[in-house]
Amino acid sequence: MKRKNKSTGALSQLLIPLVALGILIVFNLIRDISFFSIGMRVNNAGNIVLTGNLISIIDSASELAIISMGMTLVTAACGGQDISVGAVGAISGAVFVKIIQAMGGITPASVIAGFVVCCLATILFKLFNGTLVAVFRIQPMIATLILYSCGRSIAYWINGDATPQLNSPIINSIGMTIPGIPVPTPIFAVILVGLLLALLFRFTSLRIYTQAVGINEGAARLNGINPTRIKLISFILLGVCVSVAALIGVCRLGQLNHKTLLVDIEMDAILAVAIGGNNLGGGRFNLTGSILGAYIIQMLTTTLYAMNVAPVNVKAFKAIAIIIIVVAGSPVVKSRLANLFNRLRSGSAGGSPKKEGVN
Amino acid sequence: MEDGIVLAMRGICKSFPGVKALNNVDFTLRKGEIHALMGENGAGKSTLIKVLTGVYEKDAGSIEIEGYPGEVHIHSPQQAQNIGISTVYQEITLCPNLTVAENMFIGRTNDTVVHWKEYEKRATEILDNLGIPARAKQELSRCSLAVQQMVAIARAVDMNCKVLILDEPTSSLDDKEVAMLFQLMRDLRARGVGIIFVTHFLEQVYEVSDRITVLRNGELVGEYAVDKLPQVELVAKMIGKSLDDLAELEQIGRHDSTHEDVVYEATDLSSAECRPFDFQIHKGEVNGFTGLLGSGRSESVRAIFGADQVTGGKVKINGRDVRISNPHDAMKNGIGYLPEDRKRDGIIADLSVRENIILALQTIQGMNRPIPRAKAEAFADEYIEALQIKTASQDTPIKSLSGGNQQKVILARWLLTHPQYLILDEPTRGIDVGTKLEIQKLVLKLAEEGMSITFISSEIEEMLRTCSRLIVMRDRKIVGELSGDELTQAQVMKTIAGGEEER
Amino acid sequence: MAEKNNHNRLHVREPLSDTQMLMYISIGIFAAMYIAAMLTLKGGFLKPQMIFDLINDNAALIIISCALTIVMIGGGINISVGGVIGLTVMSCALFLNSNADGNSAVSILLTLLLALGIGLAFGVLQGFLVSHLEIQPFIVTLAGMFLARGLTTILSVNPVKVTHEGFLALVKAKLKISWLGYTAQNGNLIPAKIEIGAIVAVCVVILMYLILRYTRLGRSIYAVGGNRQSALMLGINVKSTVFWSYVISGLLSGLAGFVFLMHKPAGNASVAMRSEMDAIASSIIGGTLLTGGVGNVIGTFFGSMILATIQKIIALSPLNASWWQEMANGAMLSFFILLQSLVLMRKNRSRRKKKESAAPAKDRPKDG
Repeated sequence: MKRKNKSTGALSQLLIPLVALGILIVFNLIRDISFFSIGMRVNNAGNIVLTGNLISIIDSASELAIISMGMTLVTAACGGQDISVGAVGAISGAVFVKIIQAMGGITPASVIAGFVVCCLATILFKLFNGTLVAVFRIQPMIATLILYSCGRSIAYWINGDATPQLNSPIINSIGMTIPGIPVPTPIFAVILVGLLLALLFRFTSLRIYTQAVGINEGAARLNGINPTRIKLISFILLGVCVSVAALIGVCRLGQLNHKTLLVDIEMDAILAVAIGGNNLGGGRFNLTGSILGAYIIQMLTTTLYAMNVAPVNVKAFKAIAIIIIVVAGSPVVKSRLANLFNRLRSGSAGGSPKKEGVN
Repeated sequence: MEDGIVLAMRGICKSFPGVKALNNVDFTLRKGEIHALMGENGAGKSTLIKVLTGVYEKDAGSIEIEGYPGEVHIHSPQQAQNIGISTVYQEITLCPNLTVAENMFIGRTNDTVVHWKEYEKRATEILDNLGIPARAKQELSRCSLAVQQMVAIARAVDMNCKVLILDEPTSSLDDKEVAMLFQLMRDLRARGVGIIFVTHFLEQVYEVSDRITVLRNGELVGEYAVDKLPQVELVAKMIGKSLDDLAELEQIGRHDSTHEDVVYEATDLSSAECRPFDFQIHKGEVNGFTGLLGSGRSESVRAIFGADQVTGGKVKINGRDVRISNPHDAMKNGIGYLPEDRKRDGIIADLSVRENIILALQTIQGMNRPIPRAKAEAFADEYIEALQIKTASQDTPIKSLSGGNQQKVILARWLLTHPQYLILDEPTRGIDVGTKLEIQKLVLKLAEEGMSITFISSEIEEMLRTCSRLIVMRDRKIVGELSGDELTQAQVMKTIAGGEEER
Repeated sequence: MAEKNNHNRLHVREPLSDTQMLMYISIGIFAAMYIAAMLTLKGGFLKPQMIFDLINDNAALIIISCALTIVMIGGGINISVGGVIGLTVMSCALFLNSNADGNSAVSILLTLLLALGIGLAFGVLQGFLVSHLEIQPFIVTLAGMFLARGLTTILSVNPVKVTHEGFLALVKAKLKISWLGYTAQNGNLIPAKIEIGAIVAVCVVILMYLILRYTRLGRSIYAVGGNRQSALMLGINVKSTVFWSYVISGLLSGLAGFVFLMHKPAGNASVAMRSEMDAIASSIIGGTLLTGGVGNVIGTFFGSMILATIQKIIALSPLNASWWQEMANGAMLSFFILLQSLVLMRKNRSRRKKKESAAPAKDRPKDG
């Protein structure tokens, strides 16, 4: 019987990611305590910035963390994943650069306009995915396979083969740091997106709607929820997340490369959602878990770099770590371990432990 | 083991965290008998069956099967099949994407290669032999549910099962199909198969069974020959109390409310699933839609609620014209709907009891006005208390509640919205006798307080007890309306069967 | 419904199942596309060699598409196939080069075994994680893909050209059929050429078709994909069925790697990059549903051929650009996906009708 005591559900859902994070931290503490040192230095633009592995982990996981949040919502509402986020991110970046070029250069106005337009364009593409999923009832992975396979071509079509450079303090302050503030801007972007979503869930009933649709769409409809609308909303929110991530991605490098912008991020994002203890089949979700998942993935990568593993080889070690994490989180292993644990405990205490749950 | 006994279960115990599902239960099945296993929800019937079929491991006790000396230990459904225990569940447990023949033979042999021709030939023989209207090469999903069920039985029979378990086999069948199934069961009995028959329908038990075993709260009440146990006593044994409650209900009775205002009125209402019909209901009235399954009674109330695509008609609420094209419109207009299929359309399985209770109220309030947590908890507490919902806490996911308690949660969900018109489609189906009575009483109480209610049930008696007006349907059309003195079982039957002019 | 004549009943023509219908549509579209290409582009498309070239160039894709079809029918997914090809190609190339002097036949055989062994290892590992530990297949095979790609770069970051003479001879070896050939401008007869890989691919398709249609394992895979719970109740060993579907899928990926190497004898970190998505697309276009239980490899074969034909048409047309091809793939995929969704919607609607006429099913009361 797969029956869990859900009163401690939220916490037990976060148990695996927290433990994984803890193990990574302890491992690094033992390996090299200087891994955690945080320093200050003056960057190329002459600003004082914080440096150190921790900062770089939190900084460079920003795009992933932001997209993971959107991915969590789509997963929860639609019971499937969007694998086109990277490709659509490339389109998003291309639109952003195109608008800036069309407005004749990098000015605050053109950046804002560029972002607004690219956000709208991204939402439009996500609505295409969303319509296939919500109206035509196509599995999300299949529906998004279309843009996954041709999204980067669309990005190419928008901007040609060039890799336009964007050199400007404005771009730097979005992609790196704002002069006078030592913390990288992308970190604020994560906080901002997270906060906005938190507020959205606080002041609307979107959370329960999304979960209801993800668990039992038919019943949700009979309770007055419009599942199509909820699914489309999840895709719109993902679209916003993707465009923010694309903006950061473009500004971080100061150039647009439609082939490499946010490449393979869909896989990491889905992984982050899964590591965060969310069911990839939809239903209940936990945004904190997904964000934790994103940082775990990045921390793992950075740790491997720090251990002098070549960047191209990181994938293999990452794979092993992922397998360990998902095996530890698998319900079968969990229940086996719980059984073993109970048996050991009852063996030593001479009786079965009392459960506190029933009242 | 004695002669003539095919299955002997002795002292079976099974516990789940927090529950003792079976406590020292004995069960004996003889050759060529139909043995009804009876009990309320939570009595332990399903657990006993699952122990027998190897879905659960028993904690204690022994199982003996004819032809296998000594105790047998059953660890999986496969193993159960191999020693001659076959189960046909209420939910069809065949694969819809395979053919009828394949469904009959898959998983039974260790042959590496599938002999299609032979399968199809043998399947055709068996189907003919048992008189099942299906073709061997037909894709199973293209058969009706009744036929699918029979295919499942044919499979079990062909496996030379000694013990055939039928778990609620009749609940999705109409009378004709039930008769066909019973004929099949009697045939099998004549061939010496021992049949365990689990059902909620008392009449059916008396129609086919030879013997009855009653369970209550995970314990054995007793085993009886069917002619030694009158129906009233059976019910008493199942619920563990006398039927005074029922009498009490008769006394409350129904009351006339035709002089009250009309709350809901539909003219020529039609949906994608039902033909145009007229309907109205008064304040404080309890009416019912009756008719055979498939007569369109559920489709009609679904049209009222906007659950299916509405294709035409005018709707007035309290004399005011309104448009109801989806459930949300209906809810905004004070209509509530408890759907027929609780598991499919009612519960949101993974959400907590609390979330399930507030869901409808929340959608009426709208997305931008979430119900604060404290208020939601208060609501949940109030209704858990009022309807006596048995749950560990309001945070418990609804899926871990028993059927009756799930139904109460759904009921609470709608009561919380304080609808002026509540539609209850089969609210008592698949739940135990005690809860049934509670729900009937609640319906009458709500009507007393001024709520209009439409009550649908397969059991005519139940409707006669609660409804003051019955709308009779046949072939997706309203063929009659009965009220007052016309409300007798005989009259209802007559109208359902036809021969009376439409009004 | 009740047709009493026993004799006729076996011979009643059953309506097309969804599997068949989706497959016929994809065969039809392939034919239409090919004929259209013959009429407009002429040139190569008029020669039989074109068909063989489509298979020659896409043998590995056809094989991994079969690998995906099998797991998809069982209700799973395997996105590690491209990675396994990459890893196999790289390890085989290195292995061949390190055995350049050895006995040619033996070392080629050992290479084949190495390829199958790598595939088998991935299949067994992933199959175990998915079936016995019940971890979501997408995540398991995603990890598998990362692992394979990572191991590939650990083996070598730089491209590795095969120098093994015997193997290169195998690469050049082609089945020549003269009567399907054509006469070149200089008057020479150029026979139709079929690569070994193409033959292997076609054999795999036939073998997989037979396995899926006529073996217990094959039917169990359909049953598990159709309804996992029912399959369990019918006495099918669900875990082992799922496990073996991944093992077969892994083995085929290893074989595809070997076939790939026979087509392009060089290892490279980016070999078969993203080919898993092409394979999924092939399966879907061929009528396999991601939800499981529906599909077959013949359809998948034509799915791959449709993708291959698009690629060829674009290469031969003035639109010669990879991004046009991606767009065309996207469009084709959209079309088939919408088609499938319409078929499924129709099916659901008719099923609901049926259910209503036979009365709706009730849920089993929760007991115990």
